[in-house]
Amino acid sequence: MIFTGTDKYVATDDLMTAVNAAIALQRPLLIKGEPGTGKTLLATEVAEALAMPFYEWHIKSTTKANHGLYEYDAVSRLRDSQLGDDRVQDINNYIKRGMLWEAFASDQQAVLLIDEIDKADIEFPNDLLRELDRMEFYVYETKETVTAINRPVVIITSNNEKELPDAFLRRCFFHYIRFPDEETMEKIVEVHFPAIKKKLLQEAMEVFFSIRDVNGIKKKPSTSELLDWIKLLLAEDIDPETLRGDTTKAIPKLHGALLKNEQDVHMFERLAFMSRRQGA
Amino acid sequence: MFVDFFYQLRDARIPVTIREFLTFLEALEKGVAKGSVDEFYYLSRASLVKDERLFDTFDLVFQNFFKGAMNKTTGLLEENIPEEWLRGMARELFDEEQIEAMNFEELMQELAKRLQEQDGEHHGGSRWIGTGGTSPFGNSGNNPSGVRIGGDGGGKSAAKMWEKRDFRNLKGDVELGTRNVKMALRRLRQFVREGAEDEFDLDETVKSTAHHGGMLDIRMRAERKNKVKVLTMFDIGGSMDSFIKISEELFSAVSTEFKHLEYYYFHNFLYERVWRQNRRGYNEWTPTWDVMNTYGSDWKAIFVGDATMSPFEISEAGGSIEHWNEEAGELWLKRFLSTYPDAVWLNPVPPQRWMATPSIRMIYQLMEGRMFPLTVDGLDAAMKLLRQGRQAPVKAR
Repeated sequence: MIFTGTDKYVATDDLMTAVNAAIALQRPLLIKGEPGTGKTLLATEVAEALAMPFYEWHIKSTTKANHGLYEYDAVSRLRDSQLGDDRVQDINNYIKRGMLWEAFASDQQAVLLIDEIDKADIEFPNDLLRELDRMEFYVYETKETVTAINRPVVIITSNNEKELPDAFLRRCFFHYIRFPDEETMEKIVEVHFPAIKKKLLQEAMEVFFSIRDVNGIKKKPSTSELLDWIKLLLAEDIDPETLRGDTTKAIPKLHGALLKNEQDVHMFERLAFMSRRQGA
Repeated sequence: MFVDFFYQLRDARIPVTIREFLTFLEALEKGVAKGSVDEFYYLSRASLVKDERLFDTFDLVFQNFFKGAMNKTTGLLEENIPEEWLRGMARELFDEEQIEAMNFEELMQELAKRLQEQDGEHHGGSRWIGTGGTSPFGNSGNNPSGVRIGGDGGGKSAAKMWEKRDFRNLKGDVELGTRNVKMALRRLRQFVREGAEDEFDLDETVKSTAHHGGMLDIRMRAERKNKVKVLTMFDIGGSMDSFIKISEELFSAVSTEFKHLEYYYFHNFLYERVWRQNRRGYNEWTPTWDVMNTYGSDWKAIFVGDATMSPFEISEAGGSIEHWNEEAGELWLKRFLSTYPDAVWLNPVPPQRWMATPSIRMIYQLMEGRMFPLTVDGLDAAMKLLRQGRQAPVKAR
């Protein structure tokens, strides 16, 4: 089982090595990187490429480690006991499986995505150490141990909002998705818009990378924003000629897809104004 | 196998553990990196380094190890690096004809020679990794990326992955990690239940249900919230420039911890006005009086600044270097401290230099000793003090 990217996802060599190492050794793979570089997408693509079932566990700031394992619904059991429902005799009726349990119980090896693990409480990763290491956990209510039938491929993403504990990091493979260089970026765009005209692509890429190079910009546009922007350019049928020119002279067309911050837009307007004045 | 590599990484202060190293060996054994040296490099990076800020250091160690591993006299690698990789490298460096002309041993010797040649440009083979000091790679800044091997007759560029040093920009020596700061600031938490009752209270429900003879009586309670209020004052005077970004990041990382967290910025020292934005937009200032009137004295004040300036800027009216201040900064700080009895000053300057700098000494006295270094321990001590409140005695230092 070797992952080599898909026709929708351009994987670099180092990413492929990291994914394959994680699959071969059945260890979690931690993915970090700038927002919008396809961290979450990777897991779905791995699942698709290897034809594995896919489970997705989104982490919020209120998520607890237990939510991924199981939850015991004491209240509805209590209510059922009041109503004399027969269900009440079996405690299993009140145990709700979490995503981790679902992935463990899958007949076929599965891909489990733990998305944005850094959103949760700082101790959250520590609470999952044993579960991810041994791929088993204990259910107190039924006194049974749930063990993974097939150890799932676990892919964990982080946006670097919080640092993760060392004990957790030791158990993972790590990959940092870098911002793609122009060559890779062209491949990515071609994968998404196969019919794009060479000229438009060239002009758009130039504008995009020159925006990223501007000093002091607050939020640099990301890959996914470039793709959105190109989608817009195609939809509006923009002539590549109008994109041409220095970005410092004029703010690019449909910039709303690229610049998401009013200060950045303002800065570009000011830069454009200054260079016009200098030119005059 | 590769034990030396492991120790070189540790010497370079990359926190590699035995467990990670064993995982790495296991992956090698399973054949994850059969194909090429590049794959070997990717695999070792993915399994041994867990922080992108250390990637650059790793690249340097890898580069060094890989060259050092090549035996000068026999041309063979001392470590068990597969022959196939070496052939692959040789193909990159030499023409097909050249390879054909040599037998394997000659080829390896030639390869070793080429790799050693690169060493010359780096100034210092294996001794590169220092044994002490805070910056084991002090001279690495000058290391040109993508070293060329000066081959004769159109020698090819041999910038291997690890020599490109793509991650150089990510390297940052952050003293305080967000995690450390968060753990330290947690000391300040004061939990209070207030607001809407939207959390299920199991204990009370059980108790109340039992009390009602088994009839279910569900009890709710309000969620626990952190009630502590923190007012942060950042110095953005010139000497703090390099430091602002870090402290801003750190404090924004913990903003989830505190519901009531306000920032203000001051230039060099606290005078009659403060700023809400660090861009030093001079028009958008707030009078210091307004700040003191807006936030009650139950707020805890944290100053972050290097406190390094001319003593006149503190003690004299008109001492400010940026504008004419009617009243001395000293007076403003005293006013501020009387409004906010729970206040500390965090100083990025190492404590050894505090007493030698007159302005730091003055502020230290004004703060009545509540000045702490901006390190994990300092932050921890500062938060402990803030939590205890005004009555706590300050240890003399």
